[in-house]
Amino acid sequence: MRELKPPLSLRDVEELEAGEVVELTGRMIVARDRAHARLLELSRRGEPPPVELRGAVVFHGGPVALRRGGVWSVVSMGPTTSARFEELAVEVCRRLEVRALVGKGGLSPSWSKALREAGAVYLAYPGGAGVLAARSVVRVEGVHWLDLGVPEALWVLEVRKLSPLLVAVDLKGRDLYEEVAASARRALRELRAERSLKP
Amino acid sequence: MRLEEALFDLVKRCVTSLPADVKEALVKASREEEGLARSQLEAILRNAEAAEEEGLPICQDTGLLSFYVNLDPSRHSPLELVEAAVKAVRRATSEVPLRPNVVHPLTRANTGDNVGAGHPLFEWAFNDRGLLEVTVAARGAGSENVAKLAMLPPSAGVEGLVDFVLSAVVEARGLPCPPGIVGVGVGGSADEALKLAKRALLRPVGARGLAELADLEAELLDKVNRLGIGPRGLGGRRTALAVNVERAYTHTACLPVAVAFSCWAVRRATFRWEA
Repeated sequence: MRELKPPLSLRDVEELEAGEVVELTGRMIVARDRAHARLLELSRRGEPPPVELRGAVVFHGGPVALRRGGVWSVVSMGPTTSARFEELAVEVCRRLEVRALVGKGGLSPSWSKALREAGAVYLAYPGGAGVLAARSVVRVEGVHWLDLGVPEALWVLEVRKLSPLLVAVDLKGRDLYEEVAASARRALRELRAERSLKP
Repeated sequence: MRLEEALFDLVKRCVTSLPADVKEALVKASREEEGLARSQLEAILRNAEAAEEEGLPICQDTGLLSFYVNLDPSRHSPLELVEAAVKAVRRATSEVPLRPNVVHPLTRANTGDNVGAGHPLFEWAFNDRGLLEVTVAARGAGSENVAKLAMLPPSAGVEGLVDFVLSAVVEARGLPCPPGIVGVGVGGSADEALKLAKRALLRPVGARGLAELADLEAELLDKVNRLGIGPRGLGGRRTALAVNVERAYTHTACLPVAVAFSCWAVRRATFRWEA
Protein backbone atom coordinates (compact mmCIF):
# COMPACT_ATOMS: atom_id res chain seq x y z
CA MET A 1 0.00 0.00 0.00
CA ARG A 2 1.28 3.44 -0.95
CA GLU A 3 1.94 5.72 2.01
CA LEU A 4 1.30 9.45 1.63
CA LYS A 5 3.49 11.76 3.70
CA PRO A 6 2.53 15.42 3.50
CA PRO A 7 3.55 17.94 2.35
CA LEU A 8 2.65 16.44 -1.06
CA SER A 9 3.85 17.75 -4.39
CA LEU A 10 1.76 17.91 -7.54
CA ARG A 11 3.86 15.03 -8.85
CA ASP A 12 3.05 12.91 -5.76
CA VAL A 13 -0.68 13.18 -6.40
CA GLU A 14 -0.42 12.85 -10.19
CA GLU A 15 0.74 9.28 -9.65
CA LEU A 16 -2.38 8.25 -7.73
CA GLU A 17 -5.02 6.24 -9.57
CA ALA A 18 -8.74 5.97 -8.87
CA GLY A 19 -9.51 2.69 -7.10
CA GLU A 20 -6.13 2.58 -5.34
CA VAL A 21 -6.12 2.34 -1.53
CA VAL A 22 -3.48 4.39 0.29
CA GLU A 23 -2.56 5.31 3.86
CA LEU A 24 -1.52 8.60 5.39
CA THR A 25 1.22 9.38 7.89
CA GLY A 26 2.14 12.84 9.12
CA ARG A 27 0.30 16.13 9.46
CA MET A 28 -3.37 16.27 8.59
CA ILE A 29 -5.67 19.29 8.76
CA VAL A 30 -9.28 18.71 9.85
CA ALA A 31 -11.85 21.31 8.86
CA ARG A 32 -15.44 21.65 7.76
CA ASP A 33 -17.86 24.34 6.56
CA ARG A 34 -17.07 27.27 8.80
CA ALA A 35 -13.29 26.81 9.03
CA HIS A 36 -13.23 26.71 5.22
CA ALA A 37 -15.16 29.96 5.02
CA ARG A 38 -12.71 31.58 7.43
CA LEU A 39 -9.65 30.26 5.56
CA LEU A 40 -10.99 31.89 2.40
CA GLU A 41 -11.75 35.18 4.17
CA LEU A 42 -8.14 35.33 5.34
CA SER A 43 -6.79 34.39 1.93
CA ARG A 44 -8.88 37.06 0.18
CA ARG A 45 -7.50 39.65 2.60
CA GLY A 46 -4.01 38.45 1.73
CA GLU A 47 -3.40 37.03 5.21
CA PRO A 48 -1.78 33.62 5.81
CA PRO A 49 -3.70 30.68 7.30
CA PRO A 50 -2.87 29.78 10.93
CA VAL A 51 -1.06 26.67 9.68
CA GLU A 52 0.78 26.02 6.39
CA LEU A 53 -1.59 24.42 3.86
CA ARG A 54 0.68 24.13 0.83
CA GLY A 55 0.87 20.43 -0.03
CA ALA A 56 -1.47 19.60 2.85
CA VAL A 57 -4.10 16.91 3.21
CA VAL A 58 -7.41 18.32 4.47
CA PHE A 59 -9.83 15.93 6.17
CA HIS A 60 -13.44 17.04 6.01
CA GLY A 61 -14.74 16.43 9.48
CA GLY A 62 -15.43 17.63 12.97
CA PRO A 63 -14.10 15.44 15.76
CA VAL A 64 -15.51 14.48 19.11
CA ALA A 65 -12.59 15.71 21.21
CA LEU A 66 -11.82 15.93 24.91
CA ARG A 67 -9.44 18.23 26.75
CA ARG A 68 -7.91 16.79 29.90
CA GLY A 69 -5.18 18.64 31.77
CA GLY A 70 -4.85 21.08 28.87
CA VAL A 71 -4.17 18.30 26.35
CA TRP A 72 -6.64 17.54 23.58
CA SER A 73 -7.40 14.03 22.44
CA VAL A 74 -9.56 12.92 19.57
CA VAL A 75 -12.22 10.41 20.61
CA SER A 76 -14.05 9.87 17.33
CA MET A 77 -13.44 11.41 13.94
CA GLY A 78 -15.24 10.20 10.84
CA PRO A 79 -15.46 12.15 7.61
CA THR A 80 -18.34 14.51 6.86
CA THR A 81 -20.21 15.11 3.60
CA SER A 82 -17.84 17.06 1.36
CA ALA A 83 -20.52 18.08 -1.15
CA ARG A 84 -22.11 20.35 1.48
CA PHE A 85 -19.23 22.83 1.12
CA GLU A 86 -17.65 21.66 -2.13
CA GLU A 87 -17.30 25.13 -3.57
CA LEU A 88 -15.35 26.28 -0.50
CA ALA A 89 -13.28 23.09 -0.42
CA VAL A 90 -12.15 23.46 -4.02
CA GLU A 91 -11.45 27.17 -3.59
CA VAL A 92 -9.23 26.36 -0.58
CA CYS A 93 -7.28 23.86 -2.73
CA ARG A 94 -6.92 26.40 -5.52
CA ARG A 95 -5.79 29.29 -3.35
CA LEU A 96 -3.72 27.46 -0.76
CA GLU A 97 -2.35 24.56 -2.86
CA VAL A 98 -3.85 21.79 -0.81
CA ARG A 99 -3.11 18.51 -2.62
CA ALA A 100 -5.61 16.03 -1.21
CA LEU A 101 -9.05 16.05 0.38
CA VAL A 102 -10.36 13.27 2.59
CA GLY A 103 -14.10 13.00 3.00
CA LYS A 104 -17.18 11.00 2.24
CA GLY A 105 -19.64 11.09 -0.61
CA GLY A 106 -17.39 12.87 -3.09
CA LEU A 107 -18.14 16.10 -4.93
CA SER A 108 -20.66 16.81 -7.67
CA PRO A 109 -19.19 16.23 -11.16
CA SER A 110 -18.44 19.87 -11.96
CA TRP A 111 -16.62 20.37 -8.66
CA SER A 112 -14.66 17.11 -9.09
CA LYS A 113 -13.44 18.55 -12.36
CA ALA A 114 -12.54 21.84 -10.69
CA LEU A 115 -10.70 19.94 -7.96
CA ARG A 116 -8.68 18.09 -10.57
CA GLU A 117 -7.85 21.37 -12.29
CA ALA A 118 -6.67 22.72 -8.94
CA GLY A 119 -4.23 19.77 -8.80
CA ALA A 120 -5.81 17.93 -5.87
CA VAL A 121 -7.22 14.41 -5.46
CA TYR A 122 -10.19 13.19 -3.43
CA LEU A 123 -9.66 10.34 -1.00
CA ALA A 124 -12.72 8.54 0.39
CA TYR A 125 -12.72 7.34 3.98
CA PRO A 126 -15.52 5.07 5.28
CA GLY A 127 -18.29 7.36 6.54
CA GLY A 128 -18.96 6.85 10.22
CA ALA A 129 -15.76 4.94 10.96
CA GLY A 130 -14.93 7.53 13.59
CA VAL A 131 -13.19 5.31 16.11
CA LEU A 132 -10.89 3.71 13.51
CA ALA A 133 -9.81 7.16 12.35
CA ALA A 134 -9.34 8.40 15.91
CA ARG A 135 -7.07 5.42 16.63
CA SER A 136 -4.66 6.61 13.98
CA VAL A 137 -4.31 10.06 15.57
CA VAL A 138 -0.92 10.22 17.31
CA ARG A 139 -1.48 13.66 18.77
CA VAL A 140 -3.30 16.94 18.40
CA GLU A 141 -0.67 19.44 17.24
CA GLY A 142 -3.03 22.34 17.63
CA VAL A 143 -6.52 23.66 17.31
CA HIS A 144 -7.54 27.06 15.95
CA TRP A 145 -10.82 28.96 15.99
CA LEU A 146 -12.55 27.17 18.85
CA ASP A 147 -14.93 30.15 18.83
CA LEU A 148 -16.65 28.28 15.96
CA GLY A 149 -17.36 25.34 18.30
CA VAL A 150 -15.50 22.02 18.58
CA PRO A 151 -16.88 20.46 15.37
CA GLU A 152 -16.28 23.58 13.25
CA ALA A 153 -12.81 24.50 14.54
CA LEU A 154 -9.61 23.97 12.52
CA TRP A 155 -7.69 20.99 13.87
CA VAL A 156 -4.06 20.17 13.15
CA LEU A 157 -3.33 16.50 13.81
CA GLU A 158 -0.46 14.12 13.49
CA VAL A 159 -1.69 10.77 12.17
CA ARG A 160 -0.03 7.44 11.63
CA LYS A 161 -1.16 5.00 8.94
CA LEU A 162 -4.64 6.42 8.53
CA SER A 163 -6.40 3.97 6.20
CA PRO A 164 -8.25 2.75 4.17
CA LEU A 165 -8.15 5.88 2.00
CA LEU A 166 -9.58 5.13 -1.41
CA VAL A 167 -8.55 7.35 -4.31
CA ALA A 168 -12.00 8.32 -5.66
CA VAL A 169 -11.11 11.31 -7.86
CA ASP A 170 -7.70 11.21 -9.53
CA LEU A 171 -5.93 13.72 -11.75
CA LYS A 172 -6.24 11.43 -14.77
CA GLY A 173 -9.97 12.05 -15.22
CA ARG A 174 -11.68 9.34 -13.20
CA ASP A 175 -14.35 9.93 -10.53
CA LEU A 176 -15.55 6.68 -8.92
CA TYR A 177 -18.59 8.31 -7.30
CA GLU A 178 -19.81 9.67 -10.62
CA GLU A 179 -19.20 6.31 -12.34
CA VAL A 180 -21.44 4.59 -9.75
CA ALA A 181 -24.05 7.40 -9.86
CA ALA A 182 -24.26 7.19 -13.66
CA SER A 183 -24.80 3.44 -13.52
CA ALA A 184 -27.48 3.92 -10.80
CA ARG A 185 -29.29 6.39 -13.07
CA ARG A 186 -29.20 3.82 -15.90
CA ALA A 187 -30.53 1.13 -13.53
CA LEU A 188 -33.32 3.48 -12.44
CA ARG A 189 -34.45 3.95 -16.06
CA GLU A 190 -34.59 0.19 -16.50
CA LEU A 191 -36.45 -0.36 -13.21
CA ARG A 192 -39.05 2.26 -14.20
CA ALA A 193 -40.03 0.03 -17.07
CA GLU A 194 -40.95 -2.77 -14.62
CA ARG A 195 -44.46 -2.68 -13.18
CA SER A 196 -45.09 -2.58 -9.45
CA LEU A 197 -47.22 -5.04 -7.56
CA LYS A 198 -50.43 -3.67 -6.09
CA PRO A 199 -50.71 -4.03 -2.31
CA MET B 1 -32.75 10.43 39.49
CA ARG B 2 -33.27 6.77 38.67
CA LEU B 3 -35.02 7.81 35.47
CA GLU B 4 -32.24 10.23 34.55
CA GLU B 5 -29.65 7.49 35.14
CA ALA B 6 -31.59 5.04 32.97
CA LEU B 7 -31.92 7.63 30.18
CA PHE B 8 -28.20 8.47 30.37
CA ASP B 9 -27.35 4.77 30.04
CA LEU B 10 -29.78 4.51 27.15
CA VAL B 11 -28.22 7.42 25.24
CA LYS B 12 -24.76 6.01 25.85
CA ARG B 13 -25.75 2.55 24.63
CA CYS B 14 -27.47 4.11 21.62
CA VAL B 15 -24.39 5.94 20.34
CA THR B 16 -21.72 3.39 21.28
CA SER B 17 -23.14 0.05 20.14
CA LEU B 18 -24.92 -1.25 17.08
CA PRO B 19 -28.24 -3.05 17.59
CA ALA B 20 -27.88 -6.84 17.14
CA ASP B 21 -30.15 -6.95 14.07
CA VAL B 22 -28.05 -4.31 12.28
CA LYS B 23 -24.75 -5.95 13.16
CA GLU B 24 -26.02 -9.27 11.85
CA ALA B 25 -27.29 -7.68 8.64
CA LEU B 26 -23.95 -5.92 8.05
CA VAL B 27 -22.00 -9.15 8.60
CA LYS B 28 -24.28 -10.89 6.11
CA ALA B 29 -23.89 -8.02 3.64
CA SER B 30 -20.10 -8.14 3.88
CA ARG B 31 -20.17 -11.85 2.98
CA GLU B 32 -22.26 -11.07 -0.11
CA GLU B 33 -19.89 -8.40 -1.36
CA GLU B 34 -16.43 -8.72 -2.81
CA GLY B 35 -13.41 -6.50 -3.41
CA LEU B 36 -13.75 -2.87 -2.49
CA ALA B 37 -17.35 -3.07 -1.22
CA ARG B 38 -16.40 -5.93 1.07
CA SER B 39 -13.36 -4.19 2.49
CA GLN B 40 -15.48 -1.10 3.22
CA LEU B 41 -18.00 -3.15 5.18
CA GLU B 42 -15.22 -4.91 7.06
CA ALA B 43 -13.77 -1.52 8.07
CA ILE B 44 -17.22 -0.46 9.26
CA LEU B 45 -17.58 -3.61 11.36
CA ARG B 46 -14.09 -3.22 12.85
CA ASN B 47 -14.99 0.34 13.74
CA ALA B 48 -18.21 -0.76 15.45
CA GLU B 49 -16.33 -3.38 17.47
CA ALA B 50 -13.68 -0.89 18.55
CA ALA B 51 -16.35 1.62 19.58
CA GLU B 52 -18.18 -0.95 21.67
CA GLU B 53 -14.98 -2.17 23.34
CA GLU B 54 -13.93 1.34 24.28
CA GLY B 55 -17.41 2.70 25.02
CA LEU B 56 -16.93 5.44 22.42
CA PRO B 57 -19.32 6.85 19.83
CA ILE B 58 -19.42 4.65 16.71
CA CYS B 59 -19.57 7.77 14.57
CA GLN B 60 -18.37 11.25 15.47
CA ASP B 61 -21.71 12.61 14.29
CA THR B 62 -23.74 11.61 17.30
CA GLY B 63 -26.64 13.32 15.58
CA LEU B 64 -29.81 14.83 16.85
CA LEU B 65 -31.51 12.79 19.56
CA SER B 66 -35.15 11.77 19.41
CA PHE B 67 -36.99 10.13 22.31
CA TYR B 68 -39.98 7.94 21.52
CA VAL B 69 -41.86 7.56 24.77
CA ASN B 70 -44.75 5.31 25.73
CA LEU B 71 -45.82 6.03 29.29
CA ASP B 72 -48.65 5.46 31.74
CA PRO B 73 -49.62 8.95 33.00
CA SER B 74 -50.80 7.51 36.33
CA ARG B 75 -47.18 6.45 37.04
CA HIS B 76 -44.95 8.91 35.22
CA SER B 77 -45.58 12.44 34.08
CA PRO B 78 -44.41 13.59 30.64
CA LEU B 79 -42.83 16.64 32.28
CA GLU B 80 -40.80 14.48 34.65
CA LEU B 81 -39.60 12.48 31.65
CA VAL B 82 -38.67 15.58 29.64
CA GLU B 83 -36.68 16.99 32.56
CA ALA B 84 -34.84 13.72 33.11
CA ALA B 85 -34.11 13.35 29.38
CA VAL B 86 -32.73 16.89 29.09
CA LYS B 87 -30.44 16.27 32.07
CA ALA B 88 -29.36 12.93 30.61
CA VAL B 89 -28.53 14.53 27.25
CA ARG B 90 -26.47 17.28 28.90
CA ARG B 91 -24.58 14.70 30.94
CA ALA B 92 -24.05 12.41 27.96
CA THR B 93 -22.69 15.35 25.94
CA SER B 94 -19.88 15.89 28.43
CA GLU B 95 -19.35 12.33 29.67
CA VAL B 96 -19.77 9.89 26.74
CA PRO B 97 -18.99 12.37 25.07
CA LEU B 98 -21.45 13.37 22.33
CA ARG B 99 -20.46 15.97 19.81
CA PRO B 100 -22.31 19.23 20.53
CA ASN B 101 -24.39 19.42 17.36
CA VAL B 102 -27.31 21.65 18.26
CA VAL B 103 -27.10 25.17 16.82
CA HIS B 104 -29.45 28.07 16.10
CA PRO B 105 -30.61 27.55 12.50
CA LEU B 106 -29.61 31.02 11.29
CA THR B 107 -26.94 32.43 13.60
CA ARG B 108 -25.38 28.91 13.82
CA ALA B 109 -24.51 29.61 17.47
CA ASN B 110 -23.88 26.26 19.19
CA THR B 111 -25.64 25.68 22.53
CA GLY B 112 -22.75 23.40 23.53
CA ASP B 113 -24.91 20.79 25.28
CA ASN B 114 -27.17 19.34 22.57
CA VAL B 115 -30.20 21.03 24.12
CA GLY B 116 -32.02 23.89 22.40
CA ALA B 117 -35.50 24.90 21.25
CA GLY B 118 -36.97 21.68 19.83
CA HIS B 119 -34.09 19.47 21.03
CA PRO B 120 -34.05 16.81 22.08
CA LEU B 121 -37.19 15.80 20.24
CA PHE B 122 -40.04 13.84 21.84
CA GLU B 123 -42.82 11.71 20.42
CA TRP B 124 -45.48 10.44 22.77
CA ALA B 125 -47.71 7.42 23.15
CA PHE B 126 -49.73 6.53 26.25
CA ASN B 127 -50.84 3.36 27.99
CA ASP B 128 -52.75 2.37 31.14
CA ARG B 129 -50.71 -0.77 31.94
CA GLY B 130 -48.03 0.85 34.04
CA LEU B 131 -45.53 0.45 31.20
CA LEU B 132 -42.71 2.88 30.53
CA GLU B 133 -40.92 2.28 27.25
CA VAL B 134 -38.38 4.71 25.85
CA THR B 135 -36.54 4.39 22.57
CA VAL B 136 -33.85 6.88 21.75
CA ALA B 137 -32.57 7.34 18.20
CA ALA B 138 -29.51 9.34 17.18
CA ARG B 139 -29.50 10.51 13.57
CA GLY B 140 -26.62 12.20 11.84
CA ALA B 141 -26.85 14.98 9.29
CA GLY B 142 -25.60 12.87 6.38
CA SER B 143 -28.87 10.96 6.49
CA GLU B 144 -31.04 13.86 7.63
CA ASN B 145 -30.00 16.09 4.73
CA VAL B 146 -31.27 13.68 2.07
CA ALA B 147 -34.76 13.07 3.54
CA LYS B 148 -37.50 13.77 1.01
CA LEU B 149 -41.23 14.48 0.96
CA ALA B 150 -43.56 14.37 -2.05
CA MET B 151 -47.22 15.29 -2.10
CA LEU B 152 -48.08 13.03 -5.03
CA PRO B 153 -51.35 13.15 -6.92
CA PRO B 154 -53.44 10.20 -5.64
CA SER B 155 -53.58 8.81 -9.18
CA ALA B 156 -49.80 8.22 -9.02
CA GLY B 157 -50.56 5.23 -6.76
CA VAL B 158 -48.06 2.51 -5.91
CA GLU B 159 -46.13 3.12 -9.13
CA GLY B 160 -45.64 6.74 -8.12
CA LEU B 161 -44.51 5.74 -4.63
CA VAL B 162 -41.95 3.24 -5.93
CA ASP B 163 -40.63 5.73 -8.45
CA PHE B 164 -40.29 8.47 -5.83
CA VAL B 165 -38.47 6.19 -3.38
CA LEU B 166 -36.03 4.93 -6.02
CA SER B 167 -35.37 8.47 -7.28
CA ALA B 168 -34.70 9.63 -3.71
CA VAL B 169 -32.19 6.78 -3.23
CA VAL B 170 -30.42 7.62 -6.51
CA GLU B 171 -30.28 11.28 -5.60
CA ALA B 172 -28.97 10.49 -2.11
CA ARG B 173 -26.25 8.19 -3.58
CA GLY B 174 -23.44 7.68 -1.02
CA LEU B 175 -24.38 10.65 1.15
CA PRO B 176 -26.45 8.83 3.81
CA CYS B 177 -23.60 6.30 4.31
CA PRO B 178 -25.24 3.18 2.85
CA PRO B 179 -26.03 0.37 3.45
CA GLY B 180 -28.55 1.31 6.12
CA ILE B 181 -32.31 1.33 6.49
CA VAL B 182 -34.60 3.23 4.13
CA GLY B 183 -37.77 4.38 5.90
CA VAL B 184 -40.87 5.18 3.90
CA GLY B 185 -43.95 6.93 5.28
CA VAL B 186 -47.09 6.90 3.18
CA GLY B 187 -50.33 8.71 3.97
CA GLY B 188 -51.24 11.04 6.82
CA SER B 189 -50.53 14.73 6.32
CA ALA B 190 -47.24 16.16 5.06
CA ASP B 191 -45.66 16.26 8.53
CA GLU B 192 -47.17 12.91 9.53
CA ALA B 193 -45.68 11.20 6.46
CA LEU B 194 -42.18 12.32 7.49
CA LYS B 195 -42.79 11.17 11.06
CA LEU B 196 -43.90 7.77 9.77
CA ALA B 197 -40.78 7.51 7.62
CA LYS B 198 -38.63 8.25 10.69
CA ARG B 199 -40.59 5.79 12.79
CA ALA B 200 -40.05 3.15 10.10
CA LEU B 201 -36.30 3.40 10.78
CA LEU B 202 -36.90 2.13 14.33
CA ARG B 203 -38.17 -1.25 13.16
CA PRO B 204 -35.41 -3.89 13.37
CA VAL B 205 -34.00 -5.33 10.15
CA GLY B 206 -36.04 -8.42 9.26
CA ALA B 207 -38.94 -7.62 11.60
CA ARG B 208 -42.37 -7.73 9.99
CA GLY B 209 -44.43 -4.60 9.55
CA LEU B 210 -48.02 -4.44 8.32
CA ALA B 211 -48.86 -7.62 6.38
CA GLU B 212 -50.52 -5.57 3.63
CA LEU B 213 -47.21 -3.80 2.95
CA ALA B 214 -44.91 -6.85 3.01
CA ASP B 215 -44.88 -7.31 -0.79
CA LEU B 216 -44.26 -3.61 -1.35
CA GLU B 217 -41.36 -3.66 1.11
CA ALA B 218 -39.82 -6.69 -0.60
CA GLU B 219 -40.18 -5.08 -4.02
CA LEU B 220 -38.63 -1.81 -2.82
CA LEU B 221 -35.70 -3.60 -1.16
CA ASP B 222 -35.01 -5.62 -4.30
CA LYS B 223 -35.14 -2.56 -6.56
CA VAL B 224 -33.13 -0.31 -4.25
CA ASN B 225 -30.37 -2.91 -4.16
CA ARG B 226 -30.46 -3.32 -7.93
CA LEU B 227 -29.51 0.36 -8.26
CA GLY B 228 -25.98 -0.77 -7.38
CA ILE B 229 -25.05 2.26 -5.30
CA GLY B 230 -23.50 -0.03 -2.70
CA PRO B 231 -21.52 0.55 0.50
CA ARG B 232 -20.47 4.22 0.71
CA GLY B 233 -21.90 4.90 -2.75
CA LEU B 234 -18.88 3.27 -4.36
CA GLY B 235 -20.77 0.39 -5.96
CA GLY B 236 -21.90 -3.02 -4.71
CA ARG B 237 -24.85 -5.28 -4.10
CA ARG B 238 -26.14 -3.80 -0.85
CA THR B 239 -27.51 -0.26 -0.86
CA ALA B 240 -30.10 -0.96 1.86
CA LEU B 241 -30.28 -3.56 4.65
CA ALA B 242 -34.06 -3.08 4.79
CA VAL B 243 -36.80 -0.89 3.38
CA ASN B 244 -39.48 -0.39 6.04
CA VAL B 245 -42.81 1.18 5.15
CA GLU B 246 -45.30 2.65 7.63
CA ARG B 247 -48.67 4.02 6.66
CA ALA B 248 -51.52 6.16 7.98
CA TYR B 249 -54.83 6.99 6.38
CA THR B 250 -54.87 10.26 4.46
CA HIS B 251 -57.13 12.86 2.82
CA THR B 252 -59.05 11.71 -0.25
CA ALA B 253 -57.17 14.27 -2.37
CA CYS B 254 -53.66 13.51 -0.95
CA LEU B 255 -50.93 10.94 -1.40
CA PRO B 256 -48.04 12.04 0.84
CA VAL B 257 -44.89 9.92 0.53
CA ALA B 258 -41.82 10.57 2.63
CA VAL B 259 -38.41 8.90 2.55
CA ALA B 260 -35.99 8.98 5.47
CA PHE B 261 -32.59 7.35 5.57
CA SER B 262 -30.50 5.77 8.24
CA CYS B 263 -26.78 5.30 7.69
CA TRP B 264 -25.21 1.88 8.31
CA ALA B 265 -24.59 3.05 11.90
CA VAL B 266 -28.25 2.66 12.83
CA ARG B 267 -28.30 4.03 16.35
CA ARG B 268 -31.32 3.23 18.45
CA ALA B 269 -31.77 1.74 21.91
CA THR B 270 -34.80 0.93 24.02
CA PHE B 271 -35.60 0.28 27.67
CA ARG B 272 -38.84 -1.12 29.02
CA TRP B 273 -40.02 -0.91 32.59
CA GLU B 274 -43.03 -3.11 33.16
CA ALA B 275 -45.34 -2.45 36.11
